[in-house]
This record gives sequence, C-alpha cells and structure tokens, in this order.
Amino acid sequence: MSDFEEHRYDVVIIGAGGAGLRAAIAAREAGLRTAIICKSLFGKAHTVMAEGGIAASMGNANSNDNWQVHYRDTMRGGKFLNNPRMAELHAKEAPDRVWELETYGALFDRTKEGKISQRNFGGHEYPRLAHVGDRTGLELIRTLQQKIVSLQQEDERETGSPDGKLRVFAELTVTELMQDSSGAIAGAFGYWRESGRFVVFRAPAVVLATGGIGKSFKVTSNSWEYTGDGHALALRAGSTLLNMEFVQFHPTGMVWPPSVKGILVTESVRGDGGVLRNSDGKRFMFNYVPDVFRKNYAETEEEADRWYTDPEHNKRPPELLPRDEVARAINSEVKAGRGTPHGGVFLDVSTRLPAEEIIRRLPSMHHQFKELADVDITAEPMEVGPTCHYVMGGVEVDPDSAAAARVPGLFAAGEVAGGMHGSNRLGGNSLSDLLVFGRRAGIGAADYVAGLKGEYPEFSDESLNAASQAALAPFDTENGENPYTLHQELQQTMNDLVGIIRKAEEIAEALNKLQVLKARAKVVSVEGHRQFNPGWHLALDLQNMIAVSECVAKAALIREESRGGHTRDDFPEMSNFWRQRNLICSQVEDEINVVEQPIPEIRDDLKRLFERDELSKYLTEAELPTLADGSAS
Amino acid sequence: MSYQAKFRVWRGDEQSGDLKDFTVEVNEGEVVLDIIHRLQATQASDLAVRWNCKAGKCGSCSAEINGRPRLLCMTRMSTFSEEETITVTPMRAFPVIRDLVTDVSFNYKKAREIPAFAPPKDLAPGEYRMAQVDVERSQEFRKCIECFLCQDTCHVVRDHEENKEAFAGPRFLMRVAELDMHPLDSLDRKNQAQEEFGLGMCNITKCCTEVCPEHIKITDNALIPMKERVVDRKYDPLVWLGSKISRRGQ
Repeated sequence: MSDFEEHRYDVVIIGAGGAGLRAAIAAREAGLRTAIICKSLFGKAHTVMAEGGIAASMGNANSNDNWQVHYRDTMRGGKFLNNPRMAELHAKEAPDRVWELETYGALFDRTKEGKISQRNFGGHEYPRLAHVGDRTGLELIRTLQQKIVSLQQEDERETGSPDGKLRVFAELTVTELMQDSSGAIAGAFGYWRESGRFVVFRAPAVVLATGGIGKSFKVTSNSWEYTGDGHALALRAGSTLLNMEFVQFHPTGMVWPPSVKGILVTESVRGDGGVLRNSDGKRFMFNYVPDVFRKNYAETEEEADRWYTDPEHNKRPPELLPRDEVARAINSEVKAGRGTPHGGVFLDVSTRLPAEEIIRRLPSMHHQFKELADVDITAEPMEVGPTCHYVMGGVEVDPDSAAAARVPGLFAAGEVAGGMHGSNRLGGNSLSDLLVFGRRAGIGAADYVAGLKGEYPEFSDESLNAASQAALAPFDTENGENPYTLHQELQQTMNDLVGIIRKAEEIAEALNKLQVLKARAKVVSVEGHRQFNPGWHLALDLQNMIAVSECVAKAALIREESRGGHTRDDFPEMSNFWRQRNLICSQVEDEINVVEQPIPEIRDDLKRLFERDELSKYLTEAELPTLADGSAS
Repeated sequence: MSYQAKFRVWRGDEQSGDLKDFTVEVNEGEVVLDIIHRLQATQASDLAVRWNCKAGKCGSCSAEINGRPRLLCMTRMSTFSEEETITVTPMRAFPVIRDLVTDVSFNYKKAREIPAFAPPKDLAPGEYRMAQVDVERSQEFRKCIECFLCQDTCHVVRDHEENKEAFAGPRFLMRVAELDMHPLDSLDRKNQAQEEFGLGMCNITKCCTEVCPEHIKITDNALIPMKERVVDRKYDPLVWLGSKISRRGQ
C-alpha cells in the first residue's frame, strides 16, 4: 500500500530509558512481540544522568524502614497531591524491583554485611537510596540494556533470530500515534534519524516512556531528547495531562561556566555531608524550614552535624529538605544579594569530608567540576543554583495498569506519566518510579492485548498520509524562520516568565508569546535533506515543546497557590481549595484546554499511617479519618 | 573574553566528503561541542553530530579532535590557543553516516555475542551478598559510558577492517573481564576471551586506556589480568592436569 518501511508488533514502547526498558522486559516476558524505540543510541537515554540512587525501603541501613515510612515521605514531599494509589504501589514494590536488578547483573555499593548499601537523601526519613557511587543511573540503564540483550540471546537460541520477539530501533523518532476510527491505538509513525526515511508500526498497544520536558527551559539539567514528545503525542491522540504546572527545579545545578549552566550537581553531595552557604559564609537553610517540616529538621548547626553519625538522637540538617524548599531558598538568597560571583550559592563538601572520601563517594562530581569548571571540590566549594530538572505533571494514568486516560491501548510510565509525585518529587523516587511503573505498563499492555483476542485496531491510509505530510512540512516552507532561533526564544520565555517563581502577569505574558511562537513554528524552514538533519528534527520537536509549554503556563495561571514545584509570588500559601483539585489538560485541534477535576480519595488505612496532627496541616477537617481516640495512628 | 576561532570540520557521507573551514565565535568556559552547536545554529543547520547529555555521562559525542579520539563535550576550548585551527573529524574506525556521525553498530553486535551474567540458580532476589572489596573490580569497568573511543583508537581494528570479525575490542574484552570478576557469575569465561573474542590479538600498547574519558585502567586492570589467567590455564602443567582429572570425573 505505501512505500514506508512497515513493522507489526504487539506492543511498541516509545522511549528506552529506565521505564521503557523495564516495560519492554515485562511485555516480552508476558509473551508479546515487542519493539523498543529510542530517540538516540541504545543505552544513552536520559536515565544515565541520574546520580544519587534508587529509593527503596529495603531497610539495609536502618531496619526501621519499611514501605509505610517510604509512603509517608513520598506524600509529604509531594505535599499530598500525589495519586495515593501510585505512591502506595511505588513504596511497596520498589524493593523487589531493586533486588531484581541484581539478578540482571547490577553491582550496587555494599554494606559491611554484603547487602546493598543505602544512602541519605532529601525528604527520606532513613538512608534509603541504593546507589553506585554517584553514577546510579548509568548502572540502571546498563543493567536493563544488558538484560534486554540476554533476552535476545535466549530468543536467538530458541528461534535462531535475536530480535524476532524483542527488537531495539535505535535513533528513531516517533512523530505521531496512529489510531482507528474509534480512537483506539493502532500503531505509530516515525522517522529514522540516520536516513530520514519513514517507518510505520502496526500495533494495538503503545507504551509512552519518553521522559520529560526540560528542553523548553533555558537552564536545565535535561538533554536534547527531553522535548515533551510523549506528553504531546498523548495530547494529540486525545488523552489528558495532569498537573503540568508542577515542574521541579533542582536546587543544585552548575552555574559556571556559562556553557555548562544547569548541569546537575547530585543531591548526594548534601546527603553525604555537603552544606550550603551564602556569600557571608552563613548556612542559610536554617532560616528556611517551613512549619510543616519544622518537627523533623535541626535548628542548630551542631545538632545538624551530629545527625550524620547519630540520626536516632538528632534531627536532620535543613540542607536535606525536599528539593522545592531548597531551590526556593537559594533563589531568595541570590535575590537578596547574598549570592556568589556567578549568581549561585556555595555548596561545600571540601571542609566536611577528607579528600579521598569525597573522591570515593562522589567520583563523577569530582571529575565533572575538575574537567568543566577547573574546580577541585576536595579543596574548594562549588557554586550552584536551581536548574529545571523534572516535570511532576504528565499523562493521566490508571495507577495499577498505567493505562492512559481516554485512549484504549495507550500506556505511560516514568517521567511522562503524572500523579505519582504530586507537586514535588523526592530525589531517588524517580529511578524506583521507572522500574515499578515501567513493569506495570508492560504488564498492563500485555493484559490489554490479550483482551483483544487477535482483533487488532487498524488505521486508515489517509491518517498515514497525513502523518507523513506533517513530518515533511518544514522542507516545504521557503524562507521561513530558523528553528534554532525559535527554540532559544521559547527557552528564554519559559525560563523568565514561567520559571521557579511565578506571578499572574508574567504567566499571561508568556501565554501571549507562546501563541505567537505557535504560529511562527508552523512556518519554519530547514536546509539540506532528510539524512541525519538536526535542523529538521528540531523543527518537529519544537511543536511538542510549544504544546507542552502551553499546558505548563495555562495550568500555572489557574492554580492560585504555592505548592511543591509551583510557586506563585502572588499566592504564596498552600490552599486547601487547590489541594482538592487536579488540573487536566487536553487538546482540541490546536487549542489547549485546562479543567479542574477532584483529586482521588486517599483510603482511610493510608491516612492512618500519619499522625492526626500532621494530616491536619494538609487535609480539611472533613477529610480526616474518624477514630474514637482522636489519633490517626 | 570571546574570540573568533578557526575550525575545520569534516562534512560528507559514506561516499565522499572533505574538511570545511569555518570561523566561529568562542566564549569563556566553552567546550568543543558548544562550538559545533553554534555552527549548527548560525552557519550549518544540517551539520550532523551525535550528543545527549553534554556532561560526559552518556558517551554519545565521540569524535576526533586534531586526530585524537575525544568526547566533544569534555574538551574545553581553553586547552587550545586562540590562533590554533581546530580540526574535528568523525571516529575513523567506524563507517561514516554523515558529517561527525558514524555507524557504531559493530559495538552492539559484539555486545550481543558475550554470554550474559549467569547467577547461581538457587539464589533468590534479595539474597545476594557480596563484599564491597569484591565488587569494586567489576564496578570500575561498569563506569564505562560506551563512548567507543577505545574501540576507535585500538590499532587492532583502527586500520584493519579484517580484524573486526575475530576481535571484540577493548570495551568488550573488558566486559568479559567484568563478568569474570563478578563475585556471583557462574560461567567460565577465560577461554571465551581468548578463543572467541580475540584477547590474544591485544598487545597491550595501552592506547585504549589513554583515550578513556572515564579513566578506566582498561589494559592494566581488565586485559592484562585476563591474559594472565588465560596463560595460567593453558600452560600451567598443574592446572592442565587438574582440569583433565576433573573433567574425567564428570
């Protein structure tokens, strides 16, 4: 019928980071013929950048840890806007997902007893992060990659073909999801980066595992791939995005030199003893402990320092508050004129640990600062500031199966999915999220496909032609604008007007600019031909970035409160009204619509995991669980 | 602080290509990848280059700068003088796709040939116990970001396409060593390294170690120990006798 390269699979997984690869393993083990699509080379996905670790309450470092404690920390971190069922599944299943990695060949750092070592991190009550130095993401991606290879080796032994059941399509970008007339998933359409040629997948299930949206912001820790592809594909297919206003600015990105501004400095630096100081040399975080957390954080430097060796009898240092709190504090210090020469604050581990210990625990950071900034972190402090790191918002999904709202056959897992982290994600909860919900999405897709009993939805030839024309449009425009220029303007707009601190006028201004950019993006032109042409790729990605940015800005304007990764200068407090509402984005034609939707109920047994006092800081009287003795636990 | 630098960048495809001259702005603190991106944004929007993280963690932006295999994102412009012409070419050991992008599928093929980690069958998840000192050797090799610069520089294959069939290259010989040193791997990998992956072709010139951006001591810690063990098994009469006796007993 068409000249396009065509493939048939049971499930197509878009994205080859932690969530995508774990979904692929689950789908393949459930017997599905599985395609994995990576935008870059196999094994290079953004998961590789994760540094600190995987949060899982294995209790190896402190035997008091269990899923209930992890659940509480996660809900607190997200300021109770988390989908409670997702947070529950995540806390319960994370340990099994980590142990499973060892059976695939992962080599985590060890405790003295030979178990998996666990480290402290912001917002986690006990040392909970399984880690490999400060390169845990690399270990995760390589381990999953090698597991995929081992499944292919099994298939080769059994069938003679290594990728008959599980094939990796590297450097392939999906530009459109294909649907039947009822809206059910029927496949996906994309292009090979290498040749620019089109590829059509016929498949009844698609798992989105495309990660985040950071490339819409100027200062970001995210790589070029993070252009919100999955978010935008879901929108265009008729699914919905949840709470897109919540964007995490990691408190510690590099601020100098300019070319590396935004690159991540792992939270482990603080977990392992590093402290934040302003230009007066003061440990300023003590001034920024919010009331809801006051009970758990030290009030003096002496107590904070004792905590590292005696956590039972001392409260934790305020440098280990959740990321949103630390990022806002750094922002305030710099604004008040107490910043460093390059507009950050000092993060110092050099006076806290011996040099050899720093190099052993934080090898990548040592290497990164030495090579990129000429700074020896064993001898001098680092300069750091907030950087756009993660989007808590994402595709609205069913917690148990990862099925996306409103589109049969569509699933989403990892950063592209919303709900799990509420208004703010704790460090370490991302890698565990990828594994827990990646696996669930693979199983969810397998169950869905089994239910079809071989009757797979089909898309029309017209929709295929439309997808091909849309992808080629930038070549047809003559004398249009340069996509790189538009991208820079978009990044500047989002950074300046919908960044870490927001106010109504600025968001409204951003929305105006986005409307203009949206029109201009339709008439960009690209030079050259289709073979490995980055200008063309950017022109296509740009549409996704603009759609997602519009969701972020529109939702940010509507939510008139400050919570987690959404701070409104004009509404500085958390509001009970808004805690009871999710914001749902959908797209019709070119328009983004945002509506309010009540949050899912938290089950009483989950509420009772908290003290009543603490619950009452977040929930209304009517929502508190009723108990005769008046205590919640 | 900024200046105009002279760049020569290889442009072309599998059929033909040559070095193109550019004059381009350079600012303080920049790396070579920044300059390549500036060329894309201002002078050559279709200039093909692979990159992802721009922080030395993903190993995508491998190329050759003034003939030396390097990561574009970890090569600072301050290591060159302002007068120097900087030449950027694709990795030589792999076929060119376009401009600075090469076909590295050789590496993925080799990765698939190495038998996977094989844990003891009776060990349940969560029961794995290993000492830190025992995992550290393999952990060093797992720092590898698969930039394939070691594969590019290794003279066994750099100008000898014909050796690629029999030789897995330093990255994958190191992978065999990593599995061999894994405290819980149950396969015997010594002969594999020698007989199937071409360990014998390596004559320990350490070129791979020199270009490794992760500073992994590939030759000293992975390849030489593997060679020593292979030698022990092959020529040590006691080991030879022992292996004969135990085989007979099976």
